[in-house]
Amino acid sequence: MSAQSEPGLLYSEEEEALRAAVRDLLTDHCDPAGVITRTESAGPHDVSLWKSLADSMGLAGLLIPEDLGGQGATHREAAVVLEELGRAVAPVPYLTSAVVATEALLACGADELLTELASATTIAVLAVGLHVAPGGAVPHVRLEAGRLHGELTGIADAAVADVLLVPADDGGLFAVGAADATVTPQVSLDLTRPVARVTLDGVSGHRLGDAEAAVRRALRAGAGLLASEQLGIADWLLTETVRYLKERKQFNRQVGGFQALKHRLAGLWLEVAGLRAAARNAADALATGEDTEVAVAVAQAYAGRVAVHAAEEALQLHGGIGMTWEHPVHLYLKRAKADSVAYGAAGTHRERLAELVDLRAP
Amino acid sequence: MTDAAELRRRTKELLAAHPPATTERLDFLRARFDAGLAWVHYPEGLGGLAAPRSLQAVVDAELTAAGAPDNDPRRIGIGLGMAAPTILQYGTREQKQRLLRPLWTGEEVWCQLFSEPGAGSDLAALGTRAVREGEDWVVNGQKVWTSSAHLARWAILIARTDPDVPKHRGITYFVCDMTDPGVEVRPLRQITGEAEFNEVFLSDVRIPDSRRLGETGDGWRVAQTTLNNERVAIGGTAIPREGGMIGKIAATWRERPELRTHDLHQRLLGLWVEAEVARLTGVRLRQQLVAGQPGPEGAGMKLNFARLNQEISGLEVELLAEEGLLYEDWTMRRPEHVDFTGRDAGYRYLRSKGNSIEGGTSEVLLNIVAERVLGLPAEPRTDKDVAWKDLAR
Repeated sequence: MSAQSEPGLLYSEEEEALRAAVRDLLTDHCDPAGVITRTESAGPHDVSLWKSLADSMGLAGLLIPEDLGGQGATHREAAVVLEELGRAVAPVPYLTSAVVATEALLACGADELLTELASATTIAVLAVGLHVAPGGAVPHVRLEAGRLHGELTGIADAAVADVLLVPADDGGLFAVGAADATVTPQVSLDLTRPVARVTLDGVSGHRLGDAEAAVRRALRAGAGLLASEQLGIADWLLTETVRYLKERKQFNRQVGGFQALKHRLAGLWLEVAGLRAAARNAADALATGEDTEVAVAVAQAYAGRVAVHAAEEALQLHGGIGMTWEHPVHLYLKRAKADSVAYGAAGTHRERLAELVDLRAP
Repeated sequence: MTDAAELRRRTKELLAAHPPATTERLDFLRARFDAGLAWVHYPEGLGGLAAPRSLQAVVDAELTAAGAPDNDPRRIGIGLGMAAPTILQYGTREQKQRLLRPLWTGEEVWCQLFSEPGAGSDLAALGTRAVREGEDWVVNGQKVWTSSAHLARWAILIARTDPDVPKHRGITYFVCDMTDPGVEVRPLRQITGEAEFNEVFLSDVRIPDSRRLGETGDGWRVAQTTLNNERVAIGGTAIPREGGMIGKIAATWRERPELRTHDLHQRLLGLWVEAEVARLTGVRLRQQLVAGQPGPEGAGMKLNFARLNQEISGLEVELLAEEGLLYEDWTMRRPEHVDFTGRDAGYRYLRSKGNSIEGGTSEVLLNIVAERVLGLPAEPRTDKDVAWKDLAR
């Protein structure tokens, strides 16, 4: 292997300050009971929370250059925001709009739309199924006489999008006003990041540029930063389970004092420590452009299993209460499981690594 | 204040007075010790200059560039890493003056007489007895897992001096002369066929009270210094991607396409990812230490290391198929250095079984993580207020 300069895996003071600000906001405006109630309403997304994050705090434009009204920050800062959003399973389109769609627009040089995203007046989502991995096959719609026709499914956060970024069969990526499309919510496993069907019936769109490179870049950033969301999910689940097991008493003892459970929690802590290093590494690699493909593939080959394991352990160790609709652990389980499919499952990223590090299949 | 420039000046002086090319190795090492350049953070007169520990690198770089001999630290790791810090903290002036110089130069090798057949994870339950007779202590018992005992001049020893108090309180720490006629060292053959370690039988060994380290009955506390330094010594060092066990199997995979199967491929990729994540965890831990934010990740590094070494070497034996049925050599040998990734796949598979036992079993380390990192309740202690002699055994 060639020598690499060492990635920065810690959090800077500025990153910690950003984390504290986001956490404060979420503590006040995104409590688990409220999230559960919202999932049963007609609009599962929290639009007013999004306005606070995107507009008041300016986080929608973290990855957008300053001359377009953004913050000109890096993936390292966006990753910290995603950790906190993961900890709260916040139903906001941050990953889909402020990371994935933003990266696609950056690849196309779509300055006008980027300015709108930075000012938080527009939410955009990439109309590619959430399960598609970077470099994977991308379904597209037909372009006929300048009009777009077709149906795309599994589009995360499409329900709150103002603009859809749609790949077409001419190889182009088109911006389509969501009002011109039919967006039908699909009943989704993940209640806090629901997917939808997008139907285009002779809609006109604005061609932004080539779809392939833009989609690949967008999905790579999405996959890499998803690991930070998964870290936030796993970290919350571990912390909450440890807290509960110190409080819960059975057999005249704290349940957390039984060695069978202590060892499981210690093992989980070890997995979360590994995920923190892998997620920081992916965020840093996206920021510097060094070793990016390997760093993202390693993070996604590891993160899904850890976040799901954390959720499954949390549910089991909470006992009966963990199985109830009232307790928030199911929100995390559903998000963690959906995340393990999002932007390509672990096996897809392992197979990509086989090529990248020259460990070829038989 | 001794700064880098001052250390460079002193190092140049040492090199001028004792040119490495024309000076005997041992003479050079002694001169280096006397110049305070052995371990610069030690006190003056004991091989150091009371300088910041981080400045040792300045001296080492100058000496390496000049082709100066070193003290072969791998050969004397127990002396340097465990005995020396304990002697420095608890030794009398006479003990420090007598023991530290030949320890550092390697003239006198050290070993550690801690573990016993009946005291492994529960080290404080140890039963080797030391009984006071006049100015001496008379020691009887058996120690085990002692590396370098057959080469050692001295040992750090913990023994029971008061069986009537609870186990942690009745222990005393000694320096034991390994040339005493009551000391018998026998090689302990391992599942690999070789003997890295020894059993040490102590029969009426007489240790003068002047070789006690710390107060009588305070040996458990003294031993914490030794054991904490062991953990520092074992702590994460920088390794490149594919360093360690995973590099061996990855190389075989690339060179021998005829061995590949789909099942092995999936398992190899899974372990490759885990090894890379463990490596990154180590990188992050080191960055935290450098930034002065000691993180709890250290406790977990050894757990990863042990499990991955075992799984990867096990997979390697399967990958090698017919060759996996073979073993390099079962001859009883006494290796000077241990190399977990050395020799053949069969050796690596067998040797790595020890990784989850030596230096704290994985089960004990999981308890440590659960209690000290996660703050979960400690194991119930039924032995706390029981005299050592009344413990179940």
